[in-house]
Amino acid sequence: MSGILFLEQTLNSLQFGLMLFLLAAGLTLVFGIMDMINLAHGSLYMIGAYLMATLAEATGSFWVALPLALVATALVGAALEVSLLRRLYERDHLTQVLATFAVILIANEVVRMIWGNQSLMLNPPAGLTGPVTLPGGMQYASYRLLIIGVGAAVAVCLYLLVTRTRMGMLVRAGASNREMAVAMGVNIRRLFTIVFALGAALCALAGAMLGPILAVQVGMGENILILAFVVIVIGGIGSIRGAFVGALLVGLVDTMGRALLPIAFAKLFSPPVASNLGPSVSSILIYVLMAAVLFLRPQGLFPARG
Amino acid sequence: MRILLVALVAAAFPWVMHALGQDFYTSFATRVLIYAMAAASLNLVLGYGGMVSFGHAAFFGAGAYIVAILAAEGITSLWIAWPVAVAGAALAALVIGAISLRTRGVYFIMITLAFAQMMYYVFISLKAYGGDDGLSLPGRSSTGLGVSLSNDFVWYYLVLALLALVLFLLHRLLHARFGRVIEAIRENETRATAIGYPVYRYQLLCFVISGAVAGLAGALIANQTSYAGPTLLHWVQSGTLMIMVILGGVGRFWGGPIGAAVLLVLEEVFSASPLLGPYALHWQLPVGLILLAVVLFAPQGLAGALAKRSQ
Repeated sequence: MSGILFLEQTLNSLQFGLMLFLLAAGLTLVFGIMDMINLAHGSLYMIGAYLMATLAEATGSFWVALPLALVATALVGAALEVSLLRRLYERDHLTQVLATFAVILIANEVVRMIWGNQSLMLNPPAGLTGPVTLPGGMQYASYRLLIIGVGAAVAVCLYLLVTRTRMGMLVRAGASNREMAVAMGVNIRRLFTIVFALGAALCALAGAMLGPILAVQVGMGENILILAFVVIVIGGIGSIRGAFVGALLVGLVDTMGRALLPIAFAKLFSPPVASNLGPSVSSILIYVLMAAVLFLRPQGLFPARG
Repeated sequence: MRILLVALVAAAFPWVMHALGQDFYTSFATRVLIYAMAAASLNLVLGYGGMVSFGHAAFFGAGAYIVAILAAEGITSLWIAWPVAVAGAALAALVIGAISLRTRGVYFIMITLAFAQMMYYVFISLKAYGGDDGLSLPGRSSTGLGVSLSNDFVWYYLVLALLALVLFLLHRLLHARFGRVIEAIRENETRATAIGYPVYRYQLLCFVISGAVAGLAGALIANQTSYAGPTLLHWVQSGTLMIMVILGGVGRFWGGPIGAAVLLVLEEVFSASPLLGPYALHWQLPVGLILLAVVLFAPQGLAGALAKRSQ
């Protein structure tokens, strides 16, 4: 196990964890403040990635397309909240599951009607296509470094937004006790719409940044949605800090498991057994982590209520 | 009265389809019956027990895989394979339930999901039994009675009889002391504890019974398609079963079967290319819109709406 490989995998897990955080942050706020299970969160991620791919194609520039895609997805999110989700806040969780599952079906089909079945290509911004040499002589894709930078910057901005601004104060108040916040005169309807649009923009950012690495295709949201739920449950529902720690933990366990377990198993078992066992055991590890956290701390690592 | 009518239609269905030359729909109807059983089993824990299991595909898939793996090892007898499938699923439910039932609410949803996903990856890693590709069965289980289940007529009536038996037993169970107790626990756990009921044991038993029934449905689906694959255990499968129950009516006796039938029929109708031409490719859109309409206009699910109507 060389130091270079370890460093590379650390950077990979940081990159994956930060992108998971972008998705989980919006999800945990919607869940924590509005007490709403939103399965359609992954659809916003997909829509963001598609809008980004289209806008990047149309404008010819990654950097021009990015803010446009974020704003457009935020508008889609706000429209969804105002038109449909608002009616579901007072309903039970199961009804929300059914309704947002329906939204997934509709979103997938609308995307397929507009963009077709083929997955879209999204190129990384010009100048960031090659590898860079890090101090210590390691080669690493420059675009992946950009993802880490953007993810870290957004995490800091969100932290400041939640802890240092008036809106953040309202968000925290809503997450810890919604009824009390309403009684104190907070305009909770407007707050919900803003939070939902913000969550949608974060989804779009994750979709746009991951677009050049993964395929932009229908169904991309469903796969990552469950991971985002795992993250917010580990972190504690409604807590941004918890989502951050949970996302990094899940990113670390998943990436390291995939990279290191096959090597470890190769020492214990025959090569074919090891190559079979490695990927599935590392996929299982995330869920073992979640089950262990829930068993020891049923409210997650950083409970928002209390 | 209504039950008699449903039973009559179900019994006559294959003959009518045969007369119309549409034998394909008998096979489709068998699938509906199997999913009706799976959804009814989920409704027992979710609707009556108030335990939102988001990992029910684990038991469904386990039942299917056990039948397939036994067949791959040369054991095709129904009398061995199916009871083992039911027992295996019940055992899985016992272990998963014993741990999961220590949590409540959203955390219960997520921990059951976690266990189901673990099983999903475990079966994917079983390369000897198909791995990612799943496992094909050489044919349907053998009865040893001179009756072949490969005849779709026979197969339909066997599944129908089993569903009727399961529904009858569930009905008895829910109207016995056990059913009253688990509903009391759903309504007010603290009170049920205070009265002196062993809440945890009742919930666990409910979870195990539900898992066993789901295992039987799984054994049937493996026979139906002659195939068991990891998609049977995927979280989307758990989600689909949940959607069936919510659509039909949570905690309504006919909720599971109605939801399963309506969802599968909607999928079938809107994806039938002879009927809709190229639009059939976009079947998810109308199905999604109809689900939304049910959420907004039939809050108690379809079974709830029917009950309200007949009052």
